[in-house]
Amino acid sequence: MSDVIPAAEQRVDFRIIRDLVEPGTRILDVGCGDGTLMALLRRSLEVRASGIELSQKGVNDAVAKGLSVIQGNADVDLDGYPDKSFDYVILSQTLQATRNPRHVLENMLRIGERGIVSFPNFAYWKMRLQLLTLGRMPRTELLPEPWWRTNNIHFCTIRDFVELCDDMGVTVEHSIALNAWGRRIPFNAPWWFWNMFGEQAVFLLRR
Amino acid sequence: MPSDFVADDGADAGDAIDIREQRRRAEVDEPSSPVARFDEPLPLDAGVSLSPWQIAYQTYGELNADRTNAVLICHALTGDQHAANRHPVTGRPGWWDAMVGPGRPVDTDRFFVICANVIGGCSGSTGPASVMPGATRPYALDMPVLTISDMVRAQARLVEELGIETLFAVVGGSMGGMQVLEWGVSYPERVFAAVPIATGVRHSPQNIAFNEVGRQAIMADPDWYGGNYIQNGVKPSKGLSVARMAAHITYVSEAALHRKFGRELQDREFLSYGFDADFQIESYLRHQGSTFVDRFDANSYLYLTRAMDYFDLAADHDGVLPNAFRSSPCRWCVVSFTSDWLFPTSESHRIVHALNAAGAEVSFVEIETDRGHDAFLLMEPEFHRVVRGFLTGAARARGIAVPAPSA
Repeated sequence: MSDVIPAAEQRVDFRIIRDLVEPGTRILDVGCGDGTLMALLRRSLEVRASGIELSQKGVNDAVAKGLSVIQGNADVDLDGYPDKSFDYVILSQTLQATRNPRHVLENMLRIGERGIVSFPNFAYWKMRLQLLTLGRMPRTELLPEPWWRTNNIHFCTIRDFVELCDDMGVTVEHSIALNAWGRRIPFNAPWWFWNMFGEQAVFLLRR
Repeated sequence: MPSDFVADDGADAGDAIDIREQRRRAEVDEPSSPVARFDEPLPLDAGVSLSPWQIAYQTYGELNADRTNAVLICHALTGDQHAANRHPVTGRPGWWDAMVGPGRPVDTDRFFVICANVIGGCSGSTGPASVMPGATRPYALDMPVLTISDMVRAQARLVEELGIETLFAVVGGSMGGMQVLEWGVSYPERVFAAVPIATGVRHSPQNIAFNEVGRQAIMADPDWYGGNYIQNGVKPSKGLSVARMAAHITYVSEAALHRKFGRELQDREFLSYGFDADFQIESYLRHQGSTFVDRFDANSYLYLTRAMDYFDLAADHDGVLPNAFRSSPCRWCVVSFTSDWLFPTSESHRIVHALNAAGAEVSFVEIETDRGHDAFLLMEPEFHRVVRGFLTGAARARGIAVPAPSA
């Protein structure tokens, strides 16, 4: 098997997640797709990685890469995992596609010592502008599907997510907002600025 | 059990069958493959021991210097050790020729592959057709009832005898998959990777029911003679053939039967208004039944189906399946097929959830196919891709190098 890094590994949230994970740890990637992130983490940080993925195609591709991935549904299957069985549980662009994001987050911080969540920010200015001027559900490079075809059913904004964490008593250890060019928005920028100009965000969470 | 959808090209002439029958009987105690013989008793779950006993096997590829690249292939109900070589009785290719060989998913250029005939079988391992020690007659029903874990215990002894401490992988489908599960649970420290395919942790009542139909068919045959047909110079061919026909239906799917046969008539244009094989599916099943009789022993069929029925992995662990897998160090890859109704995907889910709850490293794939349970024996590119990928990843973790291609 070749070790050529496919274009998908260039996904900016993957690089941020890689920076957040400690080497040699045990991770669970929920909604791991074809295992690209897992392969990246395993190769660069020598983590022990497991994954769950809803689509059979994704699972088959990941297993064919030599990864440990099972077909399953984050909304129901996480219930069966024992407490603190992983160092990190990762939801990269998965949370918005779950039926019950709060339940998934609860499970995530029960199963993992820490959680990493990345999601598209629905308050991004281009989204706001499309909704305001066109009166249509926004479509961006990150979210290219029309409303009726997208797997994403629970959109939120950075502000919403921070509020949910507060409500759940979850500690945000680290947060990163990325602009449309995948660059980090300066750390000292105020929340409203993040919420307006962050196209996506990555959070490191802990109970 | 070569693909059940590939017609046996067996000769029909009476003489040829006699020769075949002689060859088959010769394989029971003196197989043409290597055989390991043991005088030390093999303890059985039934509470007694077999002594002496023997297990016949085949190997493919080379054992590496570290002895880390051995893969044990476990065969299904009516399979044998001839996974990737021509069968000595039928002359047909090995039952897993598509899977095992140079450059195949279980790559014999890379792995040392072992396939043994199970205890209770009739292809060189001790079974009901073997001659009883100190007697001139076969065991027949004096053979104690065997279990899947008895089979695995015998395999473990063979692997030891071959000088292998840890198997790189144990791979098998159906009854072979049960053995894989048993290996992972009984000898976790001796298995690096486990691939149970199209199998379950126990037989469903429906599966037991089908097996019972088969056993009753055999025992109802007047030529069965209470199991002593060999001394009486006959064999319960009709019963065994019916058993095979019933079982065969469970190996295929409705969709595949439709695709292949529909309600097409066999060698005729009109219904006969009788009980000849009017439909193609009928003559196909009859053919499957009759060719099976040429290569299998009826009592073995009774014992092996019973072993499958008795299998219950959770039973020895207070009925709690995850306890069976507790802190399993193996890497697991569970595979199911969408159209398999003998071991449907829900059975594989049961395994996967238990492995997850036990914190084991597990992969699970469901392969989309309309070919039913038998899909694991056939050319299924997606299935092969997954097995190859899993074994490659595990080999990398185990530090098994791909040998340099020979010049």
